Formats: sequence, structure tokens, C-alpha cells
Amino acid sequence: MRGFLLNRLSQSLILLLIVSVIGFFVLNLLPGGPLAQFGLDPSMTQDDLDRLKEQLGLNRPLLMQYLDWAWRLLQGDWGHSFRDGAPVLAVIGRHVFATLLLMGSSTAIAIAIGTWIGIRGATHRYSLFDYMATVGAMVALSIPTFWFGLVGIYIFSLQLGWLPAGNMYTIGDGSVLNYLHHLILPSIVLSLVHVAIWSRYMRSATLDAISQDFVKTARAKGLSERRVIMKHVVGNALLPMITLAGVQLPSILTGALVTETVFTWPGMGRLFLDSLGYSDYPVVMGLLMFSAILVILGNLIADIAVALVDPRIRLG
Amino acid sequence: MVVSIQPVAPHDVALSVRDLTVNLPKGMERTYAVENISFDLKRGQILCVIGESGSGKSVTANAIMGLLSKVIRVSSGAIHLDGMNIVGMPQDKLRSLRGRVVSMIFQDPLSALNPLMTVGAQIDEVMAAHGVGTPKSRRGRAIELLTEVGLPDPELMYHQYPFRLSGGQRQRVMIAMALALEPTILIADEPTTALDVTTQAQILELIREIQRRKGMSVMFITHDFGVVAEIADSVVVMEKGHIVEQGSAQQVLKSPGHPYTRRLIAAVPHLTGEDRVPLETADKAPILKVEGLVKTYRSGSSLFSAQRVVPAVNEVSFDLAPGRTLGVVGESGSGKSSLGRLLIKLLDSDGGGILFEGRDIAKLSEAEFRPLRPRVQMIFQDPFASLNPRSTIGHILTVGPVAHGTPYAKAREEAKALLAHVGLDAGAFDRFPHEFSGGQRQRIGIARALMFKPKLLIADEAVSALDVSIQAQILRLLDQIQRETGVSMIFITHDLRVASQICDEIAVMQKGRIVERGPPSQIFLDPQSAYTRELVAAIPGEQPGTTRPVAANG
Repeated sequence: MRGFLLNRLSQSLILLLIVSVIGFFVLNLLPGGPLAQFGLDPSMTQDDLDRLKEQLGLNRPLLMQYLDWAWRLLQGDWGHSFRDGAPVLAVIGRHVFATLLLMGSSTAIAIAIGTWIGIRGATHRYSLFDYMATVGAMVALSIPTFWFGLVGIYIFSLQLGWLPAGNMYTIGDGSVLNYLHHLILPSIVLSLVHVAIWSRYMRSATLDAISQDFVKTARAKGLSERRVIMKHVVGNALLPMITLAGVQLPSILTGALVTETVFTWPGMGRLFLDSLGYSDYPVVMGLLMFSAILVILGNLIADIAVALVDPRIRLG
Repeated sequence: MVVSIQPVAPHDVALSVRDLTVNLPKGMERTYAVENISFDLKRGQILCVIGESGSGKSVTANAIMGLLSKVIRVSSGAIHLDGMNIVGMPQDKLRSLRGRVVSMIFQDPLSALNPLMTVGAQIDEVMAAHGVGTPKSRRGRAIELLTEVGLPDPELMYHQYPFRLSGGQRQRVMIAMALALEPTILIADEPTTALDVTTQAQILELIREIQRRKGMSVMFITHDFGVVAEIADSVVVMEKGHIVEQGSAQQVLKSPGHPYTRRLIAAVPHLTGEDRVPLETADKAPILKVEGLVKTYRSGSSLFSAQRVVPAVNEVSFDLAPGRTLGVVGESGSGKSSLGRLLIKLLDSDGGGILFEGRDIAKLSEAEFRPLRPRVQMIFQDPFASLNPRSTIGHILTVGPVAHGTPYAKAREEAKALLAHVGLDAGAFDRFPHEFSGGQRQRIGIARALMFKPKLLIADEAVSALDVSIQAQILRLLDQIQRETGVSMIFITHDLRVASQICDEIAVMQKGRIVERGPPSQIFLDPQSAYTRELVAAIPGEQPGTTRPVAANG
């Protein structure tokens, strides 16, 4: 186990290095740059621009900029936003809660409902339920999320007036109920596509498990059908799903660009988009590294979880 | 309701099947899986049900267990389990019988246990499902059962996961599970087919011993008359859903009445103990000379953790003359398949030499070996997995020679001629693999290998997946091909009886080494090493003193 972790750690560091190099240099290939926004401002003189450039350290060669940034990052200094001078970690911190709230709840919905639909579809294969689940998943996967979002807003906010059309809370009212009220529509819209994906995977994993010999053994022992399914089939079907959940995990914190935009949700997805628009390189790089670390952690957690659940797998 | 006056099954009958017909769904090759079959399993006896694939023997077992899939149903007849007719019985009553009155063990012990549950938990589950005992008493009983089936260190075994156990040990766990509630009837569906010959002998011994001690009734399904000769009290022979013959083991084995039974018995390969008349060839120089071949598997190597090292092939040396067949025999894990893969360079060796026609091919790179590849060909074990389901037979046969420069028209002519030669219709050329039976597919596999006019054929368990009667045909085909083309063969198998049919010389492998090498007469009649003696003794139906199956004459 220690060997496994050390191995993983060294691999991860190399991976982060590669991500940061590619990210940094590609970002600087973009035309414009952080100072482009001042180019149209007649009150900014060339002297002002040069002074700003020096202040931000943008006058140095690219390689020096990168090494400086990376060295500070290693010491825990993620840099400061060009936009408002706030530390990058603080900027991320401001948005991560919103995303966690939205993605966490929609992922929970998706896993719960998707697992149930998948198991039921597999145990009642070719039934009406199975066909409807299949068609439903196709529809949810083929229609873009923003369309569901807009239709949801039109029906439940504009026509029925039951739910708010956007934002995380009403200004001046920060109660839990208010948050939940705002959460309902976006989390359901966002979970649609994940329910579809999750139920399809779960269905095929369950079908794989159900045709195994040990399921026949379980029936031959005289176990009830419910116990055969819950204990022998589902247990084995969930194994591959753990890995899938590990891949899914980073997105819980990195956010959903489209849904956050449609519902004006102040999450990480919108932060990324806005920061790109302002060429706020420190924040963009910060977000890049943040999600890279999450991807690594998600996979690591999934691997450890699989090893804990499946006795055949030992980490080493 | 009319009370039908039927002779109630006599008290000494544990299981009685009367006029049972099980229908298959529409569109199958026949409308029924079994039709009008009747037989009795007497208390305290072992009944062997024997037949080839598709004979309906497993369907019969599943019908008795009430485990038929939804699409196939019992359409008429009765099954009396311990006096109760279970046909038409509601599901929950059937469920309460399973595991308590009748239990079952399966063919493949590697997949029949849940990989995520400990051995103990899986045994406990049978008792818990029928509401027997307390957790504590069940634990005691489970350990008692593990002791009873001869597993080492039952306390430790209780907490083990199945993947740590060998195939034979897992089959013992299955038997312990089936015995947990002391059922009246045990159904064993080919329980030794997937096991090595020595393990098979041990499991057969265990089943027989437990059956005697507990007075249990056993229905034993098999395709191997050798096994029948080992354990059966009475025999039911099935063909295509019908019972063609039944009687006492003595009677069926000694004087089989039905031609199908005779054919099956005749097809069982026997230890001939006689050496094959070798093919006379002009060239006596060995075509293949293997010297000190070594292959070691390494796994888990990394910067921070230790390596596991398994010697798969260890200092193996032999030579093979043109037109001769060398059998490589061993149990699973003996390294025989690794050896085959080394010879055809599907694996790279770690040491030693392979001199093919005097040239050391062990050191050659893939590109250097490529021109030689057509001359060394392989026939694979699984005729279902080794043919690409999306290619026509014609494509499968011609793609290799065409890649090596044969014009397509010529390759096609040769392919058609070869198909006829291996006993297939020339029309097979445009058809797809799924349209053929297992035996036919293996013929296609042989034709594919022969397309290259090879000097050396390596057959890795080439007949293991086939029914005995088909096995005999394929062995004859291989023999005939060798006599016509003078090809040399390496025949890898776990079945000594098969090896004795076709090999000029046999090498016995154990743990990566060749422990004994010699003609069949030496291996079977005068084995030199203890391991060979053990292997020969374990062959079912061949021990002195048991009922030896007799092939009917004519």
C-alpha cells in the first residue's frame, strides 16, 4: 500500500508538471493577453501600460514567468487575480461552495435514480419499463442541457411561478430553505444527463453480473430472488461503477459550465469562463491545476475504494 | 378435480422423472429440449446421466432444480422429489426445496462462487436462507463441513475469499455448500470436467465417499464414460433430448444395446500403451531442437515494490523429427501452454535456443521471424473464440497466405480444396463461423493452419473443448494429415488418454520442467517418475479392478 501510494504520488507530480507546462504556454499563445482590455481605453498611455506590465511581471521572458509561477505554487502561493488582486485560492474558494452544492446534489440524484433504473431495467429486461428507460436515456443524452434548462425555466418559473429562474439565493434572504428552493430546478436539469449515463452503465453491469455462474449457485441454494439480486448481482455490478464514479468526482468541484450559465449560478464553471474572457491568467492557471489535482484524487480514491471492496485486488 | 390413480413412486426412489417434456422457444433447431423422458434415481445410489452437448442433460437437471429460464418450460410430465411433484409448484415452495431437499454443484468452480464473499459467508447463507440455526451454530456447522470435504485449515478457510483457492479447493467448497442442509439428492452437473486429471480423481473420490457415508442419492451429469465407469451405479444415456438407453452401470458399460451408446463408448480415448507406427521420412534430421528454453514471468515490478517471479518454462530441452508428433502433457500451471507460445514466438523467451530447421529462432526479432511464420502454425483450443465472427471462412483462410504474397485466386483454389480435405463442403467458403458446429469450426481452424503448408503444427488443447465422438474424428483427421503431408506436430494437452492416441512420444511437464519423456508404452505402462505414475493412476475408468468400458465390436 505504501509502495502504491509513493508510486502514484510520483506519477501524479509528473502529470501535474506536464499539465502546467502545456496550460501555461498554450494560454500565452492566445492573442491579446491581460493588457488587451486597456488597449481601447484612451486615458491609458503607453507609459501606463509598460508600468502595469512591469508590475504584473509580464515584461519578462515566458520561461521566467513560468518558473516564477511554478516556484511560488510549490510554496503554496497560487498568485493573485489580475482582475481584482484577490489571491487565486480565495477566488476559487468563493465559487467552490456554489458548485459543490449544485453538483453534489445533482450527482446524488443521478446515482440514486440511475442505479435503481439500471438494476430494474436489467432484472426486467425487455419489459415496458426497460424500453421506456432506454428511450428516456436516449432523449436525455441527445438533447442539450441548456434546452432542458430553458424549458424548465419557462414552465416552472415563467408559467407556473413555482421556482426561481436563476441565482443561488435571494439577496437579503440567506435561509437554507431559500437555497434549496433555488437549487431544485438546476440540480434536476443537470442530473438528467447523468441519470441517463449512469443508468445505462448500471444496466449493462447488472446484466453482466446476472449471467455469471455464481448467480445460478445462489439460486440453487434456495435464496430468495430479492437476496440473489441485492447481494450477489448488485454487489458485483457496482464494482465497475466505482471507477466510473471516480472519473465523475472532479466534476463535482469543477462545475458545469452550461447549467451554471443558464441559471446564473455563481459556480466554478462560470468563474473559468469569466477569467478566460478577462485573460486573468493566474486564476485560469489556478483552476487548471485545481481540476488536475481533483482528477488525480478522484482516480486515486476510486482505485483505493475498489481495492477495499474487491478482495481480489491488492494495491502494490 | 379428478384424482389420478398413479402408482406412487416406491419408497426407495428419491427422484422420479416421468414422461418429462421441456419445450424450447420457437426458432431453435428442435421444438423440445427433452421429450418424454422417464427415469428413477434410487435412494443411496449414483445415477450418471451421460450425453454429448445438446443432449438435454443439463436442461433436465435445471428442470429438477426448478431453475429453468423463463423462456423454456416444462410442458408435460412429472418430477417427484422425495415424493412431491414439483412440476407446477409455486416459486416460493420450489425455493424452499432448493438447497434443503435437492442441491446442485456446477461445472466451473472458478466462476460458481461469488468473488466478493468469503467462503464462510457463502456456506452460512444456505443455512440462513432456510432459517436454520443461529449465526453461531451455523459458523460451527460451516467449519465442520469444510473439514468434512477435506479442506486444509478449515478455520482459516472460513475467512478466505474464493480467489485464493485452487479449482479443486473451490469445488470442495461448492460440495460443502451443497451438503450444508444434508439434502436427499445431490445433482452434480459435470463437476470435474474443468479440473485437472489428478484433481478430478480426488473430487470423484470425495463425492463417492460422502454419498456412501450419508446414504445420499446423486445424479451425476457427465460426457465422459471414463467417469461413469468410476462412480456410477446406474446410467441414463441421452441423445438429442431422448433417453436412448438406461440400466445398471455394469450392463450399459459391458453390453451396450443402443448404437449411440456403443459409439460413445468406442469414442472414449483409451490408454493404448501401444506405440504409434511412426511415419517413415527421408530426412531424419530433427526439424525442431529445443535447448534449455527458459521463460520467467515477472509481475508487480515497480520502483517501490518487490517483484513476483514465476518460472513458467524452466530449462526445457527436446527435439522433434520430421513427420513425428510430440505430446506435451501436464496439469494447469505446468507451463505447457507457455512452451507452445514460446515455440511460435507469441512469447519471447528469456534464455535457451529454439533451432527450427537448424536456425535459432529464439533470438530472431519479429521482423526477422516473419518470413518463417508460415512454416510454424498453431491450432487453438477454443474453436468458438479463435475464428473472427465477422469474417467469412474464405476470408479467414486466405487472408494469411495473401498477406504473405500468394495471389488471391490461387489462395482461393487452395482454400476450397483444403475445406474438402478436412471434411467440409466447399460451400463453406462463403459462410460465417457461427453457421458451424464446434467440431466443424475446429476443422476450419486446422484448414487455416494448413493453408501455409507448415512444417510444424502446434496444437494447443485442440480437442479439449469438443465432445468425445467429435474428438475422435478430429484426432483421426490430424493423423491422416500428418501421414499425407509429413508435418511435424506438437500436441499440447492435459488429457493423457488423448495424447496416447496421437503421439509418437510424450513429454510430461510439471512446474515448468519436463519430468519424463518417452514413447506412450513407457509413459503408461512403465512410468519412470513419481509424478507420471500419479497422473496415469488418476485417469478415470482405467484403474485395474473397476468396470472397464468395452467398445462394442461392429
